[in-house]
Amino acid sequence: MVAQNIAFGIVAAVMVWGALRVVTVNNVVHAALWLVLVLAGAAAQYVILAAEFVAITQVLVYIGAVMVLFLFGTMLTRARIGAERELNNKSWWLGVPSSVLLLGVITLALVSGFGDEELPKDAAVVSTQEISDLIFGPYLLPFWALSFVLLVAVIGAIVLARKD
Amino acid sequence: MLGLIADVSYWTQSLLRVFGGIVAILLPAGTIVYVFLFKMMSFMQSRLGPMEAGPFGSLQLFAEVGKWLQKEDLYPERADRFIFKMAPLIVLSSTFLLVAVVPFGPDAWFTNFEAGVFYALAVSSVSVLGILIAGWASANKYSLLGGLRAAGQLIAYELPMVLAVVGVVIQAGTMNLQQIVVAQNTGSIFGWAGLGNPYILTQCVGFVIFMIAVQAELTQAPFDMPIAESELVSGYMTEYSGFRFLIFFIGEFATAGVFAFIASVLFLGGWGVPFSWFGWTSIDSIDNWMNVVGPLIMFTKMMLLVFVIMWVRFSYPRFREDQLQRFAWKSLIPLSLVNIMATSVLKVAF
Repeated sequence: MVAQNIAFGIVAAVMVWGALRVVTVNNVVHAALWLVLVLAGAAAQYVILAAEFVAITQVLVYIGAVMVLFLFGTMLTRARIGAERELNNKSWWLGVPSSVLLLGVITLALVSGFGDEELPKDAAVVSTQEISDLIFGPYLLPFWALSFVLLVAVIGAIVLARKD
Repeated sequence: MLGLIADVSYWTQSLLRVFGGIVAILLPAGTIVYVFLFKMMSFMQSRLGPMEAGPFGSLQLFAEVGKWLQKEDLYPERADRFIFKMAPLIVLSSTFLLVAVVPFGPDAWFTNFEAGVFYALAVSSVSVLGILIAGWASANKYSLLGGLRAAGQLIAYELPMVLAVVGVVIQAGTMNLQQIVVAQNTGSIFGWAGLGNPYILTQCVGFVIFMIAVQAELTQAPFDMPIAESELVSGYMTEYSGFRFLIFFIGEFATAGVFAFIASVLFLGGWGVPFSWFGWTSIDSIDNWMNVVGPLIMFTKMMLLVFVIMWVRFSYPRFREDQLQRFAWKSLIPLSLVNIMATSVLKVAF
């Protein structure tokens, strides 16, 4: 797994740098583009973990749809070219302790959950069929629940947006 | 199966595949521009088109490329310079990522992704990002409007495209493009295997929806609002000139070629001929010469489909923005959902 480890380290470093730039850069569109880099890095990590389907879903949903809608929204409302002074919120420092706390909680959960467990040496690519068998087999009920939540969100958005 | 290239080392193979990918992008793009944009459009408008450079103007494209390459690399004074320069590259790299999954023969593929169709749909959506930021970074109201129109249009037409492909995936039982080709060429129509079973017969609704969605994704007329020259000068491309315009230009026609490749793999049997013609039973028993004939078959099918795309482009006037959105959300998406339902019911029944 040496090559994978090196690749993981490089991609992770790029992701951390990108994530820091998202919150420090003072232009909305630049921040969004740094976020695209972070999300693309996540997709690359999934590829390294031999989870091809999840990686493609990440690209399709987050880069192809969510970020495009995000940019679309900011460009329709306010997205000036050049630096914006008032972009940084006065209470930005509140984010520091909360993100440190989040990092601690996730690290604790990962360490206590997996410990020294190692991935198999030659991780086989998880095929799409295996994933669909799992989703439409043992995990059918959570899948339905999620679909229901999404449906409620869609209907809610329509109700909020309609004037009549 | 790997008889031809098994002896070649990994790095040589990779180099060959990269070179093949560049050929698979530039050759169709150049051919499409000369045959359809220069010549077919001219004949449809009762004129000759370019005639001076080379026999029948066939070297006109090289003259144009030379002209673009020597132009100054201009950018508007108030533009966001870095993003302005990066945007065309994002659009073109999306095209290069797209061609990576297209199979051209039993061994003539670049990557053999398990979820090939899904990958193609995902990376094709990345080009929207490039168009959107090209419009924004130009610091021009026409450009921004063009970029926004493009984003709205591409998001709306991505859905029917994905849903049209689902029908093919259900019928083939796989998302791997190579296996979709095999499934079509080993299939039979009511027990007669002389033609295989190209999915254009059973998925004709899906094929029509897919081609309409491709037309819109490529922003070709009648879906060319993002660059509508009578309203927006040239939309998101207004401020681009020189080789950055050239990159947009190559990207547009190369993507047309790649989408036509993907459509011919999904609906027209891809690189294959019906396996029963030569007594092949599976992909492993195919003769090596298919690696040469396969790309030619693909090229022919690609030219046929691009001919249809260009024919529609030169024949129909532009839609209005609201007509375009209504057409996608109220006609194409419900129709493709019905197509998926019918396909899955028939798949279970037979």
